[in-house]
Amino acid sequence: MDLDALTGCLASSACLVTQTTSGFIIGMLLFLVAVGLTLIFGVLKVVNFSHGAFYMFGAYFAMTAYQFSGSFALAMLCGAAGTAILGLIFERVFMSRVYGADVLMQLLVCYAFVLIFDDVVRMIWGPEFKSMGMPAAFQVVPLFIAGGVVPPYYLLLIGVALTAAMILGLGLARTRIGKVIRAAAHNPGMVSALGINTGLIYGGVFALGGMLAGLAGALAAPVRSLTPGMGFSVLIESFIVTVIGGMGSILGALIGALLIGMIRSFGSLGFPLFTEGLMYLFMVIVLVSRPTGLFGKEVA
Amino acid sequence: MTELQAEQGAQALEVPREAKTRRNRDALIALAVFVVLALLPTVFSSKLLLDFVIRCAAYGLFATSLNLLVGYTGLISFGHGMFFGLGAYGFGLMMQKTGVPVPAAFVATLAITLVVALVIGAICVRLKEIYFAFVTLAFQMLIHSTILSWVSLTGGDQGLRGGIPRPPFLGIDLSNQLHLYVASCALLVIGLFLMHQIAQSPFGYTLRMIRDNATRASFIGIDVWRAKLTIFVLAALFASTGGIIMALFVSGAYPEFAYWTISGEGIFINMLGGVTTFLGPMVGTVLLLILNDTVTRLTDYHGLVLGIVILFFAIGLRKGLMDFVVEWYAQRRNGAGERG
Repeated sequence: MDLDALTGCLASSACLVTQTTSGFIIGMLLFLVAVGLTLIFGVLKVVNFSHGAFYMFGAYFAMTAYQFSGSFALAMLCGAAGTAILGLIFERVFMSRVYGADVLMQLLVCYAFVLIFDDVVRMIWGPEFKSMGMPAAFQVVPLFIAGGVVPPYYLLLIGVALTAAMILGLGLARTRIGKVIRAAAHNPGMVSALGINTGLIYGGVFALGGMLAGLAGALAAPVRSLTPGMGFSVLIESFIVTVIGGMGSILGALIGALLIGMIRSFGSLGFPLFTEGLMYLFMVIVLVSRPTGLFGKEVA
Repeated sequence: MTELQAEQGAQALEVPREAKTRRNRDALIALAVFVVLALLPTVFSSKLLLDFVIRCAAYGLFATSLNLLVGYTGLISFGHGMFFGLGAYGFGLMMQKTGVPVPAAFVATLAITLVVALVIGAICVRLKEIYFAFVTLAFQMLIHSTILSWVSLTGGDQGLRGGIPRPPFLGIDLSNQLHLYVASCALLVIGLFLMHQIAQSPFGYTLRMIRDNATRASFIGIDVWRAKLTIFVLAALFASTGGIIMALFVSGAYPEFAYWTISGEGIFINMLGGVTTFLGPMVGTVLLLILNDTVTRLTDYHGLVLGIVILFFAIGLRKGLMDFVVEWYAQRRNGAGERG
């Protein structure tokens, strides 16, 4: 425990800005993964235990695309689109077979794919740590805000994630497709009786969730190291986020992700060895006081 | 399957005297199995076989205790492996740091597990199924990350190295493979016997009722939370015993013992063997260990092969092996007209 470092940081604006930015980065990446998880749960009523794999694939797709083309935009696009297709196939071919079955089966199918995907990545890209490297466009002098260092790439990352959150939120609330998705979450039988292809919606939602996780992976690729199994810790953290925020709530995912981001960022100063423990502790406190999460409704 | 359950339900109404005979019969079977296992080394002297049985004992206790939660109570714990790891580390540390006799360390480890399981269980068991699965998983990861970061105590990612001292007690020397083998078999048989008694007791039938309809159980006056917590703690104790056997076997403890994959494997073992029978997880354990050993020998991509096998069971068969055996047996008996 190093409380002096924590209070010292809170007193200096430079350190405050740096830590807050890094908390935002962690939070925004987590949000993108967690919102997919929560969306899939809200509509399909399954917990995609293999969601971390999409994050991992997004990062690897982006790295490969960047190495071949040298274009950062293309890398992001490949990361997102590749995982969207993967999600669609995964849902239609495998997950759709276990919707009626009990949770055990769903967990097992996902568990199987966690094992399979990790090994597939190991086969294609090798077991060692990889790094994509920061694109040249962002290798510029960092910004200084109130004495704190903020790399421009971080701003882009936060911007992209917030844009995605807004599009998602507005899309679900205001568009026709959003309405159909919400209806399907509420009563799939009725939606299907009205002549809407629910299978397509399920596949689409899964693809969307996969795409968001893939986008998170692609955005993380320049700043994190890539390794098979990298998705799992992200999965656990984004699960904590959804538990804190409430399953099925997008706003909850955003708030939960930012809280976890800040806990990680500031916790690493005050409690370097117990940073992860802090997250779990926080989750337990939330669960004990509000079993359905901060913004969750009663799960049917 | 419903018929089977109905039949089991009817058995619960037997008069106590018959329940007692049944317990005696179980004890006799357990004793017979133990004698057969203990005599095995006189027939087959292969060290590999003995090692295999010791590992079966460790994982078998773990998987069967998980089935008390998954199969009997409907609590899908995805973090049951934490107690396996806790048993291994608790026991290993106790032996390394304090040098108490083996039985004392064994009891103390179980006591620690009891306290930890009470705290974690009290938080977890009131959560709904998906939340329960993932919060137990989160606790598992918390214990795993504590083990990794508390290097001065646990050795971090290197694990507990330097071997666990195993001083002889009562003429039993656990550093001798044969002694360890017999001790593991004894623990396995006793553990299975006790778990079977729990499953067959009125409390066991309460658990089945909670699994089938928790609301109804609570309406007729059952304290669901307390029953779930009790079985959560009991299952943790048996899982911890499995971990202790594992620590004795490898003479150490490694972070992998507390990693989430142990829980995943436990769930898969249950699936493989089947959760509707008491011995399903034991069968699953033997199958998974054979599968693991074969796959590891043949390929580097162990997860890929295992994943495909899991998919085959989860999507293709949707049942465990013992479920098929039970169904086949029930059909045969029905066909012969021996049952009303």
